Amino acid sequence: MIRFENVSVTYDGAPEPAVRGVDFEVPEGELVLLVGPSGVGKSTVLGAVSGLVPHFTGGTLRGRVTVAGRDTRTHKPRELADVVGTVGQDPLSHFVTDTVEDELAYGMESLGVPPAVMRRRVEETLDLLGLSDLRDRPIATLSGGQQQRVAIGSVLTPHPRVLVLDEPTSALDPAAAEEVLAVLQRLVHDLGTTVLMAEHRLERVIQYADQVALLPGPGEPPLLGTPAEVMAVSSVHPPVVGLGRLADWSPLPLTVRDARRRAGPLRDRLADRRPPAREPAPPAPAPRRLFPRSRPDAATHVAEVRDLAVRRDRVQALRHIDLTVGPGETIALMGRNGAGKSTLLSTLVGLVSPTSGSVRTGDAVPHRTRPRDLVRRVGLVPQEPRDLLYADTVAAECAAADEDAGAEPGTCRALLTELLPSVADDIHPRDLSEGQRLTLALAVVLTARPPLLLLDEPTRGLDYAAKARLVTILRGLAAEGHAIVMATHDVELAAELAHRVVLIAEGEVIADGPAAEVVVASPSFAPQVAKILAPQHWLTVSQVREALR
Amino acid sequence: MPRKNGQPCPPNCGQSCRWGGTGGRGGTPRTPGRATPPAQPRPRRTPQLHPGAWWLWSLALGTAATRTTNPLLLTLLITVSAYVVATRRPQTPWSRSYGAFLKLALAVILIRLTFAIILGSPIPGTHTLLLLPELPLPHWAQGIRLGGRVTAEALTFALYDALRLATLLICVGAANALANPSRLLKSLPGALYELGVAVVVALTFAPHLIADVRRLRAARRLRGRPDKGVRGLLQVGLPVLEGALERSVSLAAAMDARGYGRTAQVPPAVRRTTAALTLGGLLGVCAGTYGLLTAEGGTYGLPVLLAGVAAALAGLRLGGRRTLRTRYRPDPWDLRAWLVTASGAAVAVLLTLAASRDPAALHPGVVPLVAPALPLWPAAAVLIGLLPAFITPAPEPRRTDTRKEPTT
Repeated sequence: MIRFENVSVTYDGAPEPAVRGVDFEVPEGELVLLVGPSGVGKSTVLGAVSGLVPHFTGGTLRGRVTVAGRDTRTHKPRELADVVGTVGQDPLSHFVTDTVEDELAYGMESLGVPPAVMRRRVEETLDLLGLSDLRDRPIATLSGGQQQRVAIGSVLTPHPRVLVLDEPTSALDPAAAEEVLAVLQRLVHDLGTTVLMAEHRLERVIQYADQVALLPGPGEPPLLGTPAEVMAVSSVHPPVVGLGRLADWSPLPLTVRDARRRAGPLRDRLADRRPPAREPAPPAPAPRRLFPRSRPDAATHVAEVRDLAVRRDRVQALRHIDLTVGPGETIALMGRNGAGKSTLLSTLVGLVSPTSGSVRTGDAVPHRTRPRDLVRRVGLVPQEPRDLLYADTVAAECAAADEDAGAEPGTCRALLTELLPSVADDIHPRDLSEGQRLTLALAVVLTARPPLLLLDEPTRGLDYAAKARLVTILRGLAAEGHAIVMATHDVELAAELAHRVVLIAEGEVIADGPAAEVVVASPSFAPQVAKILAPQHWLTVSQVREALR
Repeated sequence: MPRKNGQPCPPNCGQSCRWGGTGGRGGTPRTPGRATPPAQPRPRRTPQLHPGAWWLWSLALGTAATRTTNPLLLTLLITVSAYVVATRRPQTPWSRSYGAFLKLALAVILIRLTFAIILGSPIPGTHTLLLLPELPLPHWAQGIRLGGRVTAEALTFALYDALRLATLLICVGAANALANPSRLLKSLPGALYELGVAVVVALTFAPHLIADVRRLRAARRLRGRPDKGVRGLLQVGLPVLEGALERSVSLAAAMDARGYGRTAQVPPAVRRTTAALTLGGLLGVCAGTYGLLTAEGGTYGLPVLLAGVAAALAGLRLGGRRTLRTRYRPDPWDLRAWLVTASGAAVAVLLTLAASRDPAALHPGVVPLVAPALPLWPAAAVLIGLLPAFITPAPEPRRTDTRKEPTT
């Protein structure tokens, strides 16, 4: 269906090809997963299928890409629109119209599908994706998962034979991701659609793949094989594979189910051992006070939220939130898209004022404190780290950060060197990779040495290596006494780092307790290792590795 | 969301179902009885009025407003359009623009009054309200006066004049709030469609830009810089423009990948005929207009103009053959659309008629200063404009959001 014949792509001005020696074929009706660390050219390979590379991005494509027999050299993206449907990383930049139904019809209108057929396909697609109740809704009012489904639906209606998806689930909470993947599986199984997809969060997608194409490094040719074969050698792999490699299971299990079947002996070996306590030992979560008026000693908490309620745009975003954060404590805020996690973080840095209730970070009330003073108490790395960066070069950014924080010149650069040794001074922040940019934003925020650090979706778009680096950095910060609160959908990250997990739904705290207890009790937020080794409370591969040593 | 196998609630969603009973993310409403399969019959999309009808109605009211300076009639016109907007505007982001238009109208009135006070006015008046110090200007600026006497007559005249413009603005705002501009786009002829999309995409650029500015200014606070003030706005300027540009580029890529701009193969003869007709038609329109406007072209002006328009229209129609586009559920131009348009047109025609029959009533004098009277028949004519509030379908009540108001 899709055939790459010795393809290499060189972008204008780049000394080296972004991808080289890509030579494989995706048979009809298969779901092929493209994996590899960031920056190896996954998006380039995907773009070559829809013809956007090189017709839209510029650059030189050598070799030949054919889709359903059409050569992308002679066919522009618009002439491939009836066979290839493409969904990019950000669904919002994909939408042309403003309501769900019109968006689903847009592609068909461009292709000149007769009105009666359009009507039928729109109805079918609304049902297939569970969107029929949202048909008249303006797209801007939908949640992230809903938008992702609309984006997939909008390319499905012209009945393409190939679907190309770039990180379809990275912005979604676990339940929404499962929905999107279930839809994809249904398309592959029932309609014979060919799917080529890139995704960093392998733990979510690997079990759906028929084949995996691994791009091991920049400019290296891809390796194609069955998921088990590729995972056995891949540097990027989900925790289930990590556990399988640790326990020498063969063939390597890819699903929690397969792993559980083999995990009996491992569970027995681990039965008399305990997961190591987190370093430093997490302070016990403050019990819900019966009398909230009797405030505990403010000095023991870096942040304290009491009976907080926030209304935004006539929507009750948060209500009855009680939360205390102690020094050195790492808290993961979890919950579905739109549950109010980001609003809570914004309240803690004073971007949003509480409608009722009180918020204190250290000795300050965030929304009444001058920004200059607040940065020394609390720092937030937003979902899009780029928002924090204004300067042209890394060096200028660091100098500005020193000035903003009133720190000694060179503080930020020293921090950055510690976190990210390789980054040069004169590089533009835009040219950094996703993980490097996050680290730069982190260094900028840490320059003021805030005792409370907030992170909003820190692992979005990070590969496993960048994530591991981030985990090490955050562990170090927690050990130094920084309190960390992160809003995340990434259950593996929460399992690695968090002492405490706070679940939020509909703006209310529905669970608050030690990470192991909260996540193990929840099928959608449990990490893979916990699912495999339940009822024992193991969360990560590294814990198991330590225990077996 | 039809999960795997289309079961309403398979075991694997147990958790998300348990939490607050809202497992049906997005797909199903958050009612306890969400076990109903999604295939249930849904009420049809509310038949919407053709957006063109709303625009014609609003513009007709605006035309009517230009025929009079009677503040009572103008206020009545504003009330009529505001009532229709209040009862008939859909719950959508673009319908919120009405408030912006109201503010703009108010600003117009204030600016006009300020000018009348500072620059004075040629209206002779006897009721002096206050005496501003007059600034002596050099002789070459003799026509201009700064400061000086401010009379009640001059202010009233300025107010009437400004109110007329404000009414016009509010009528345009009503059209914006009632009809989605992109739905209007669907009614464009095929040959102009791509141009129209470009315009609409450009229109959505501004709201995105404003959202970006807000987000980035908020982010300044995170850096410990003040998030208010002009300097903050200037510093985020470049990143905002960068972001907007990037978004435009990725939107263009997405549109291209979805078949925007696909053309059908047409025989070269048709292509050439299209080009000739369109070019010739436009030339004809230019020549015809010139003829109409100059004194000596009175004889050939009108026929050439009409021929030009006809040729251009034929060219557009023929050009439409190149586009493959079909339209999904276009809004039909039905009886209600006719009635809405007719009600607006009636107001415009009747007021124009009244303005020629009884200019005194529609243009109340300011010298001498008299209280304006409400002319009965023109006022009744304005009330015809209320018709759409009764014959068009009511907008759907606001749908419950995923993050909706607390029910308790």
